[in-house]
Amino acid sequence: MVALENTDTAGMTTGMTIDVQAVSHSFELHGAPLPVLDGVELRVEPGELVALLGPSGCGKSTLLRLVAGLEPPSRGGILADGRPIDGPDPSRVVVFQDPTLYPWRTVRDNVALGLEARGLLRSQGHRIDKALALVGLTGFEKAYPHQLSGGMAQRAALARALVNDPRLLILDEPLGKLDSLTRLAMQSELVDLWRSSGFTGLLVTHDIEEALFMATRVIVFSGRPARIKADLSIDRPYPRHRGDPVLTELRHRILELLGLAETW
Amino acid sequence: MSVNDTAAALPAANGGALPIGGGLPSNLLLRFSAAALLWFAASGVTALWPDAADAQEWERTGEFASLLVVAAGLLVLAALLAAAIRPAPRSRLEAAIGSLSASVPWLIALALGVTGWEILTAKLNLLPRPFFVPPQALLEVYLDDWPRLLDCFAASLRLLVTGYAVGSILGVVTGVAIGWSRAVGYWVHPVLRLIGPLPATAWLPIAFFAFPTSWSASVFLIALASGVPVTVLTWSGVAGVNSAYYDIARTLGASPRFLVLKVAVPAAMPHVFVGLFMGLGASFAVLVVAEMLGVKSGVGWYLQWAQGWAAYGNMYAALLVMALLCSGLVTLLFRVRDRLLAWQKGMLKW
Repeated sequence: MVALENTDTAGMTTGMTIDVQAVSHSFELHGAPLPVLDGVELRVEPGELVALLGPSGCGKSTLLRLVAGLEPPSRGGILADGRPIDGPDPSRVVVFQDPTLYPWRTVRDNVALGLEARGLLRSQGHRIDKALALVGLTGFEKAYPHQLSGGMAQRAALARALVNDPRLLILDEPLGKLDSLTRLAMQSELVDLWRSSGFTGLLVTHDIEEALFMATRVIVFSGRPARIKADLSIDRPYPRHRGDPVLTELRHRILELLGLAETW
Repeated sequence: MSVNDTAAALPAANGGALPIGGGLPSNLLLRFSAAALLWFAASGVTALWPDAADAQEWERTGEFASLLVVAAGLLVLAALLAAAIRPAPRSRLEAAIGSLSASVPWLIALALGVTGWEILTAKLNLLPRPFFVPPQALLEVYLDDWPRLLDCFAASLRLLVTGYAVGSILGVVTGVAIGWSRAVGYWVHPVLRLIGPLPATAWLPIAFFAFPTSWSASVFLIALASGVPVTVLTWSGVAGVNSAYYDIARTLGASPRFLVLKVAVPAAMPHVFVGLFMGLGASFAVLVVAEMLGVKSGVGWYLQWAQGWAAYGNMYAALLVMALLCSGLVTLLFRVRDRLLAWQKGMLKW
């Protein structure tokens, strides 16, 4: 509740520390274990925005599900602010690639979901309008999800996460299904939101430019089972510029790490 | 597109319905007059053409002809109103005239049908008697036997609503339980597979023997008939819920109770309504059979009783009441669905 108080007064949240300690994870596939994460070690400091980059299907999204507490890891452990994660918690909120808004609820009622689930609707209801305003959806409160464009639906999903004042925002390719113009616009919006609220961010993406444009750190993963190949600090000020030569050089390096340098 | 363009495009889209506030079509007067004329003709045939000489003379012929005149008169009134309010701004009256004008082809067909029916039965006696009766025979039943018909209607409605409500509520609860809990599914699923496909009427002999009254036995049968499709469809709806909906709710701090009541049940609602619709149809069938074989009241019983006395006029009259009852309940169900599932796009209109 401390976090809620903070936002109401100062508009700033303290970000969460995440400690991924020697996490390995595997799925059952046709009776045989399929390893997806192999000895992942990662510490995320409060207020960082860390991008996880790697080949498709390498297990990045699985790592996010483990951090969200939706599944326990097969081996190793994850600490949130020093305490082991043993289930989902509203301080760690996920935004998925699909907006997955509930089609039977209006935009407003979708955004209200977290408050309603925790019985805070009456006392904290005013936060809904704030969250909607934050993502630019004021005036669309009564619309149903099927009436929204892809970008608007993803904004609503973002508001549904932000209304809970998360200390960790887990973004699983949140812009992956948007058209490229909307994606560029929303990259800047997400960076602004993150800078103004102070939460810790974990962003899975396939898009190297997106990772470099948004993140303070980029973690590059190998193919399945995912191991950390490189941990690059992106020490550039915000707002960033897509043509920044330092970012271009980093882009080249990441392509090399991913084995795609011949296209440079 | 300008406002005028929109108004002009509307009639085509609505199959000739009125554009709202756009004035009435100019041939409206003609259309209403044609319909009125045909209803007058039907009345004339009924009243002035003497009944076939080789058969009984039908009672209530005068009353039926008067009823047809009233219908024709109302159409004349509609025609005059349509002509009078043409320059007037949009109003409820205009909207009512507009929707009436959309059904003018039906009104014409009905007038022709009634006239043909009248001629084939009462006037020329071409159809075998006593199985075919003229329309005034139905009117006679409604005028003379209405207290009994009303009683039967009320009895049927009470029995149906009781059985259907019990079946639907149990069906939704069971369906959600099977879809949600592995343990419940383990025990209930085989029973449902064995019992579900059995027509509820097969239980009839046991039910009338096992229950204290034939009424409670009928409630059981109707509940069974409507409960099975509701259970299966609710279950399939709950089982088919996108698992990401649960992930979202869980990360936002939802309890298992919230997941069931606020995620699984609303997500399954479109399926539930298909089940409710199928269950309603099944309950009609069981209602009629139960009333014909056991319960000593209701429209099904009335049908049986009328057939026993070879009172075919009463049978047709009761059939019409039954049709109105069933159609009315289905319409009501669809209204409720339209309200609850307004969020769905591309819904079937009843």
